[in-house]
Amino acid sequence: MDNRINEDKPDPGIRLTEQQQRARRARSIAIAISLGLLVVLFYIVTLVKGPGVLERPL
Amino acid sequence: MSVTLARAEPSLAGVGDYIELMKPRVMSLVVFTALVGLVLAPGHMHPVIAFTALLCIAVGAGAAGALNMWYDADIDARMARTAGRPIPAGRLAPGEALAFGLTLAGFSVVVLGLLVSIFAALLLAVTIGFYVGVYTIWLKRVTPQNIVIGGAAGALPPMIGWAAVTGGVALEPLVLFLIVFLWTPPHFWALSLYRANDYAQAGVPMLPVVAGATETRRQILRYTLVLAPVGAAPWLLGYAGPLYGIAASLAGMAMIALAIRVRGEQRGHAASKQMFSFSILYLFLPFAMLLVDRMAGGALPGLSIRLSAGG
Repeated sequence: MDNRINEDKPDPGIRLTEQQQRARRARSIAIAISLGLLVVLFYIVTLVKGPGVLERPL
Repeated sequence: MSVTLARAEPSLAGVGDYIELMKPRVMSLVVFTALVGLVLAPGHMHPVIAFTALLCIAVGAGAAGALNMWYDADIDARMARTAGRPIPAGRLAPGEALAFGLTLAGFSVVVLGLLVSIFAALLLAVTIGFYVGVYTIWLKRVTPQNIVIGGAAGALPPMIGWAAVTGGVALEPLVLFLIVFLWTPPHFWALSLYRANDYAQAGVPMLPVVAGATETRRQILRYTLVLAPVGAAPWLLGYAGPLYGIAASLAGMAMIALAIRVRGEQRGHAASKQMFSFSILYLFLPFAMLLVDRMAGGALPGLSIRLSAGG
């Protein structure tokens, strides 16, 4: 086997296994859902409080 | 000198591991006591804002739990009860837990401050800071009084709930704070009596490890004797009805009876285990009765002594 060919190859970086890809996908979906819910929460609170959305007790 | 750069292993952590990091059972108790503080507070709060407040308190409690697991991973690995937690079990890297905890803490405090109450947000920040900085990082490894002082963090949620509505604190939530504060030592010392070997192995100076089982049993009884009348204080002070008074008094007497049994226990840990289990019910019952009492209109409003300005 010619070692020089291997040395010329670029670093393939981190290769995720199928299990790691699945875990990352699940985490990404959870983060997306959480952020989406946060946006919905702010939207609903804005509707509930109206123009004085930032008026609150101390 | 050569420098080796280690490449981080890609994470296998699932969503369930992150949820476990938030200590959901502790979180549910925190949400429940905060709900009681929120419901008892004078004034009206829109259900959506109330939900937002409880959500922020829950996430803040979860953040504190995650940061606790991040810092205590070495201790957790040495104790049978906690060895299966995500970090010691190797399912989650400490850095992931730290980032998760800090992110949740930031979000919970900022959202509570923006949408509900700045004072409540400050209290939540103090609670998280106290639990992580004072209890976890400082006291837990150096003194048997760790859970006595650290218990203040677990006792603050009813005050946060109250502050979310009023923007301040008053005598009522202070009494709720005292109930949880005085409840914490007998609860955890009962557990530590039958987990003493675990704590000793992990190097955590819990009272039975440092002062022995006899002294721990004595302290459990002392704290319970103080806790029982304080538990009935909302009724004695006139802001809970007789239904609460009867329930809290009976529960307090049962706690004292159990503490006396623990005090006299010579062999085994049957009484300690019973006390630990019942203490959870003891905390739940009076707080649930306060909710029932308020919904039945039994409480007498107007006792508030405002300690802070605000709407």
